[in-house]
Amino acid sequence: MPIEYYLFLSFTLFAIGIMGVLMRRNAIVIFMCIELMLNAVNLLLVAFSKVYGDAGAQVFVFFIMVVAAAEVAVGLAIIIMMFRKVSSVDINILNRLKN
Amino acid sequence: MSVHELLFWLLSLWAIVSASFVVLSRNPINSVLWLISTFFALSGHYILMNAQFIAIVNIIVYAGAIMVLFLFVLMLLNLNTDTEPQKSRLIHFTALISAGSLLLIVLASLRSAELTDIPVTGAGDIGLIEVLGKTLFNEKYVLPFELSSVLFLSAMVGAMVLGRKDPATTEEKNIVKK
Repeated sequence: MPIEYYLFLSFTLFAIGIMGVLMRRNAIVIFMCIELMLNAVNLLLVAFSKVYGDAGAQVFVFFIMVVAAAEVAVGLAIIIMMFRKVSSVDINILNRLKN
Repeated sequence: MSVHELLFWLLSLWAIVSASFVVLSRNPINSVLWLISTFFALSGHYILMNAQFIAIVNIIVYAGAIMVLFLFVLMLLNLNTDTEPQKSRLIHFTALISAGSLLLIVLASLRSAELTDIPVTGAGDIGLIEVLGKTLFNEKYVLPFELSSVLFLSAMVGAMVLGRKDPATTEEKNIVKK
C-alpha cells in the first residue's frame, strides 16, 4: 500500500480523537480520546518505519506506550480525586478558578 | 485487488467506525468497549505491516492493561448513561466543524508534500522482536529505556499519593459520626 493511505487513515483517527475531546464533557471519555490520538500517531510511526527500513521508529512507538501507561495511571488517580471532591466527572464543574 | 489491499480496507473501515462510536456512544462503558475494538483493528494493521512485536504489545498493554484500568475506574465511580453530562447541540456541531476543518487542512497540505514512492509492505524483518531488541538495547535507546523505569516508579507513587483518601477529611468525618 502507498504511504498516502496510511496518512489518510491516521489523520482521520486523529481528527475523530480531537472531535471527541471537543465534544464530550465526561473527563474519562476525553482521556480515552487522547489515547485514540496517541494510537493514530503510533500507526503512522510504524508505517514510516516500514517505508524507510528504520527500527528506531518502532522503538519510539514502544516509548509512547510506556508514557501513555504512566499518564493514564496518574490521570485516572486525579479524576478519582476530583470525583471524591465534587461527585462528578463533568469538566464544566472545574471552572471554579475563574471567579 | 489483492488480499493485502482487501484486508487494509476492511481494517481501516473497522478502525474508523469503532473510533467514531467511541465519541458518539452515550454510555462511557460502551466507549471503552469500542476503543478496545479500535485497538484490535490497529493491531491488525500492525500485523499486516509485519510489525509483530508492536501488534502483540498493543493488545497486551493497551487493550489488556490500560483499558481494564479505565473500565475499573468507570465501574468504581458507577457512571452510566443517566449520569452522563451532555453538551448542547451547538457544541456538537462546533466540534464536528473544527475537527473536520483540521482534517481538511492537513490533507490539503499533503498535496504539496513530496512523499516517497516506496510502498508499505509486509516484507522485511523490521518489527520482529530480535531486530527491535537489538535496536532498543544499543547505546542510543538504552538510557531512555532505563529512565522510563524511573518514570514508572514516580507514576506509581504519584497515583498512590493522589488516589488515597485524605487522612484529614476522613478523621473529620469520623469525629462527626461520633
